[in-house]
Parts: sequence; C-alpha cells; structure tokens
Amino acid sequence: MQQGKVPPCDSDKEHHSQGRRGMAETAATPSCSSRRGFLKEMGGLSIASLMGTAALLTNSDDAQAKTEWAEWFQGNYRLMTDEEKAQAKARLERRYSQEYGKPVMVDTTPAKEGVLFGYALNIQKCIGCRRCVKACVEENNQSRGNAQQIEWIRVVKMEKGKFTPEKMTQGYPDPIGIQVGGNAYSAAGVTLEGEHYYQPEKVPEQDAFYMPIACMQCEKPPCVKVCPVRTTYRDADGIVVIDYNWCIGCRQCIDACPYWARRFNWSTPNVPKAEMNPKTHYLGNRPRMKGVVEKCTFCIQRTRHGRYPACVEVCPVGARKFGNLLDPNSEVSRILERKSVFRLRADQNTYPKFFYFMD
Amino acid sequence: MEKLIRFALDYVSYVVKGGAKFYAWMAGLGILIAIWGYSFYIQATEGLAVTGLTDQVSDGLYLGNVMFLVGVAAAAVTVVFPAYAYQHKALHEVAVLGEMVAIAAVTLCNLFVLSHMGRPDRLWHMLPVIGIYNIPNSLITFDVLVLTGYLLLNLVCGFYFLYTKYTGDRINRVFYMPLIYISIVWALSIHSVTALFINTMPARPFWNSPVMPIHFISTAFAAGPGLIILIFLLVRKNTKLWIKDEAINLLSTIMTYCLGIALFLNLSEIATHLYFPTEHTLGLEYLMFGVNGLTALVPWFWVSSAANIIAFVMLLIPRVRKNYRLLPVACVLAFAGIWVQKGIGLLVPGFTPSPIGEFTNYMPTLIEVLVTLGNWAIGAAMLTVLLKGAIGILLGEVKYATAPWEVRGNVVPFYRATPKPTTKLPWAPSGDPARYEASKPSSGSRTRRRRRDALA
Repeated sequence: MQQGKVPPCDSDKEHHSQGRRGMAETAATPSCSSRRGFLKEMGGLSIASLMGTAALLTNSDDAQAKTEWAEWFQGNYRLMTDEEKAQAKARLERRYSQEYGKPVMVDTTPAKEGVLFGYALNIQKCIGCRRCVKACVEENNQSRGNAQQIEWIRVVKMEKGKFTPEKMTQGYPDPIGIQVGGNAYSAAGVTLEGEHYYQPEKVPEQDAFYMPIACMQCEKPPCVKVCPVRTTYRDADGIVVIDYNWCIGCRQCIDACPYWARRFNWSTPNVPKAEMNPKTHYLGNRPRMKGVVEKCTFCIQRTRHGRYPACVEVCPVGARKFGNLLDPNSEVSRILERKSVFRLRADQNTYPKFFYFMD
Repeated sequence: MEKLIRFALDYVSYVVKGGAKFYAWMAGLGILIAIWGYSFYIQATEGLAVTGLTDQVSDGLYLGNVMFLVGVAAAAVTVVFPAYAYQHKALHEVAVLGEMVAIAAVTLCNLFVLSHMGRPDRLWHMLPVIGIYNIPNSLITFDVLVLTGYLLLNLVCGFYFLYTKYTGDRINRVFYMPLIYISIVWALSIHSVTALFINTMPARPFWNSPVMPIHFISTAFAAGPGLIILIFLLVRKNTKLWIKDEAINLLSTIMTYCLGIALFLNLSEIATHLYFPTEHTLGLEYLMFGVNGLTALVPWFWVSSAANIIAFVMLLIPRVRKNYRLLPVACVLAFAGIWVQKGIGLLVPGFTPSPIGEFTNYMPTLIEVLVTLGNWAIGAAMLTVLLKGAIGILLGEVKYATAPWEVRGNVVPFYRATPKPTTKLPWAPSGDPARYEASKPSSGSRTRRRRRDALA
C-alpha cells in the first residue's frame, strides 16, 4: 500500500535471499530487464496510474491525492510498525503544512514507562471564568465559529439552592399528611443538571458554584469497550486516545460516555490558518476531519514532554492540578493523599483519573 | 451450471417485465431514489451537519429505522417457523416470501447504517482480517456478524428453494432443513443483539433496561407480521398466487399475542419507572409528558400508543381479525405505531436529557427525511422485485421446461418423466393439486374460490 516500496534493481538479490517470494526464480537475473524487474515496474506504474485516477477524481493536485489515497489505506495506529508510523507522520506533516501554510509538526511520542497521568480539580476555587475552555480550544485546534463549535471542556454552573419558608405549605398530598415536602424540587448542589450556557456579567456569581467537566480518562472506559474498530483505546500512560484516521463515525462511544465528554465533527472543522497550533500529536490535537469523534487527551502533545496541559497553565485561580499518579511527590498524588476527593458518577464504575477536591 | 445460468437469466427477464401498474410503481420509487441520490450526495460531501443530529442527540431517524427494520427482518421467522416446525401447510407454500421480506429488510438496514455513519468510506475497518474486529467487546461487531449471517442464510435458503422449484428437482433436505432451523434461531439473535446494542450502556438509563431484548422481539413479531399480512393481501389482489386464509389468520394471531406482550412490557416499564421517578426517569417523562414545557415527543408517544392499543383491540376480536377489509387497518396501525415507538420514541428519550442534564429537541431535517424516504424506496423496489421473482417461480411461470425453444420443438427435457402441457396454460401446474385447482383461470370469482378454500 505504500509507495516507494519498489526496490531498486541492485537490491534484487538481497530480496531474493530473504525468500519473500516462494516462486522459482533464477538467481542469475538481477538486472532491470528481467521479467521480475519488468513486473515491478509495471506494478509501480499501475499504482501510479491508480493514484493519477484518484487525483483526477478528487480534482486536486497530485501530491494531495497521493496523501489522501495513502491515508485511506493506512492501518490502525496501534498496529502500525515504527516505519509505518514514521510514514504516516511524514504524510500528515506534509498535508497539514500545505493546508495551513506553515510548518506543522506531528508528534508520535509514545507513552513513558512508570507514568499514569491524573488530574485534580478544586471545585471550591473554580470561578467559572472559562479561560480553560478558551485555552483548550486554541491549544487543541478545535473547530470554532458558528457553523461548528467544539469545546472539550464544559463548565457547568450549579445552583446553591434556595429553601424558602413559603414553600413549606406547598407540599402534597396535603389533607392526609404531607409526603412530599414543598421544597422538594429545587436544585441544590451537584446534580448534574446544571447550566453550561451561562452568560454572566461577572464571575463568580453570587448564588452559584462551578463544576468543569471534560473527559475523565477513565481507567475502565466504556467508550473503549463499545468501539467496534478499536480506534479509541487507553494508552499505556492512562490517556484515552483516538486514532482519527481509523474512526468510522458510528458515535457509539458518544452514547456510552456517562460524562458527555465526546464531540463529533458533524462537518469539516473550521480552524483558521493563523490560529492553528502547529505543534500537534498524532493522537491528540492534530486537525481532525469531518465524521470522526474527538475529545480531551490531557494535552497529550504537551504532557508527554513533561509540560502541563493548557487548561492547568491558564487557570487564574490554580484550581487545576495535574501530574503523575505513580509519583508520590506529584501534585496530584499529594492532593489524593491529603484532601477530600471524589470522582464524578462513581456509580458508573468507570474509575476516572479526574478527581474533584475541596480545600 | 447451465441450469443455474438459465435460472439467473429467466429470473431476471421475468422480474423486469410487468404490467402498467408495476412500471408505474417502480417509476414512482425511481423518482424517490433519484432524490435520495442527490440528498445522500449532499450528506456525504457536507457531513452529517446537514441532519438534525447534535452532540446531545447523536442518533436519530437513521438508527431508529435500523432498530425497527432489524425487527421486520427477524419477523420472517413468524412465517418460516410455523411452516417448518409445525408443518403449517398454508404458510409452508409461501414461506419463501417471508425469506424475501427478510432479505429486503436486512439490506435496508445496511442502507440505514450507511446513512448513519460519519465515515461510510471507512466501513471496511470493521471487517475481520483486513480491519479490526473488536470481538467480544463491541456489540456492533456482534450486530454485523448476526445481520450478515442472517442475510446470507436467507439468500441461500430462499434462492435454493426457488432454484429447486424452477428446475423441478427435489429439495436436498439434508442441506436445506438444518439451514432453516439455524435461520429460525438466528432471527431471534439478530433482534436480541440489536436491543443489547443500545441497552448495555449504563450512561443512558432510558435504554438500560433488561426487558429491552424481549420487548424488541415482541414488537418485531407484531410489526413484522403486520407488514407480511399487508404484502400477502396485496399479492392475493394483484397476482395469480392465492395465499390461503389460514396463512393470514395464523399471522394475525401471532400478531395479536405479540402486540399484547409488547403493550404489557410497555406498561410494566412505565409503572416501574414512574412509581418513584428518579433522574433516570427523566427520559420517559420527557417522552410521555414533556419536561419544563419541552413537549416535542409527547404527541408522537400518545398517537403511537393509541395506534398500538387500537390495533390490539381490533385484533383481539376474531370477527375483525378475520375480516380482510379491517385487518389491513389494524396492520397499518400496529406497523406505524411500533415504527414510531422504536424509532423516535426509543432513541431520542435515551439522549434527553443528556448525561449532564441537558434537554435538546431533535427535529429531522429535510435531507434526513429525503434520505430516509429514498432508503425505504430502495427497499420497496428490492422487495417488489424479490417477491415478483419468487411468485413467478411459485406459480410456475418461470420454469426450466418453459424455455421457448424446448416448447416449440415439443422436446421433452431429459429430467422429466412425463411431459406436461406447458403450452396450454399460462403457467404450469405445481405439484400441489389444491393450489392447481385454486389457480385455475376458469374456476370462477375470487369469492367462490375463497369459499371453496374455506370448505377444503
């Protein structure tokens, strides 16, 4: 499937000795005029002509079509050999650089041993300013604009609750003895029915507190279980990632996620050339195509190189903490040790590595 | 081999020819299919943004139709099972028509799956060997497995049966009967897996109910026979094939039972959930009554429930059930009611509220509706052709011996012991004398035929 696999004539002999082809061939025909060389050339030609056809069909320049063609045939990222990964990386870098008019880097750094990433968020400190959301969108090349706006982090505004004496008399059923109190249906605290479209003059608001949510990077992710093509998987450092080139867009993972963390590219994402972040990771913030699912990856392009995720860096009140759960001296480990911590929706048995805590 | 080629040629040349009604019907479907081609092109180039789907409600009309149509496909078993397991004579004669319905329904499912996918071009990723097959974890892979298997089983069983009818050979029961029994069990599996495919997600409490598989099967065995009865009545009216009353009566009985069970399961779910409503019941409340003034689904729920209940009451009364003017009404009501219940009424409340409590009204767009209509048109065209071919063979209008040159030369084919006067009748009599009598052109009006059938 890869071009450039046709070996030059002088390598013929070596190839033969590897016994790749079981056919009886005379070892004394290592020249280009041999039948085999001819066949190879023809093979190369036919591949080239196929690509030419593809180029004509897609009505774009040859290089672009070649890239798309090769991308279409590439395998699942996890099953690729190192060589194939390098080819995929080079291909993507070429395509993105051309598309965005600047040198784009596609990182393929694998998970480090002895690392399990974890996240802790202080809901007492969060002021709901949504700077994290903005930073995330910019860092991770999410689609923006009215046509399609994708945000991996949602900050949910929770009611503090109002219990009023007036409602005391509004319980029911009244004449026999009240079984449902009058203050029954007023929201208070974390109910997961908060508002995430709030547009306040100023934050924090008086009668509310905030609970940001994003992908919880579950240790037992339901989205991974339901994926029919194993395009989304839990990588060795605990980050749940997606190979965008292998996703078939069935959206089963969106249905299975109890945190509403996954987003679908309903159309081709809109990332302005100037705003595009050229430092990307294959499994993370590289530009996506239409029809695939995406979500938070703990800024894999940063964290695998020892940096903080963009949301942690930008948070003005220091509510967000990030680190290696296996390292007892990391911020996250120390928070888990000393603070009162809870996981969102523990009843779902997903074992998130995203913790909420209070001082 | 020559027989097989002749079978294919005769079959194709038979199904493409027809009367004015046939051409008009196919042309009508053709227009819908042309519109489908355009809408599908738009969807494929623009992305699923042209549909009414959102991140909140991410499955809609397309997946709803898949859910429903798997049921219709599975319902072929209501014809095949009595025919072979209980030796029901009337159904045995037309069992192959049930298989044809299954073939069309499964193909239609695949079309809807194709419309539903974000990247239909990458569907090969799901194939074993060249792609990755996430078995046993993902239920979609099971769904692919059972649906493909079911399609193959019905193709093989159906067309093998038709081929033997065509050539006049005896059916090889050692080969055929095991396949039939496998397909009966398989039919149950396809719909159970389809139910498990959505009810195994604790993130969606509205779906996460253990009665879902049996509920799916009971609704399928109400809607499916409903469609098959309608098809049988149409076949009786428009072709020379006379499907006996007993066949239709048994199907309507099955329909009555299964619709009853489905309604009971519905009621028990409602009672379980609404006795002490929790956050998990908000989907059901949204469906039944609306929440905070959002009532998009409420009319759908009540109208479909009313349709199902009316259909059930109609079917319960034997005199109505056996009245072939009223029976189609009950069938249409049950079919439409269950379509709504299993499509919009099942999927959308699963997404509303979203896991973080957001309510989103879902409204299919024009493109979505046109693609859906087009898919159905393709399915209907396919079903018409499949049924026409099967009926032609059952009637003996398509037969190995009726090749014109053989008849002209009055040459007896070597595999036939006795020559039959194929030139005299428009179709050759089949082995079944009763059907031969019933299908005689000179045997009086349809009413008289029916009476004679009733007496026999």
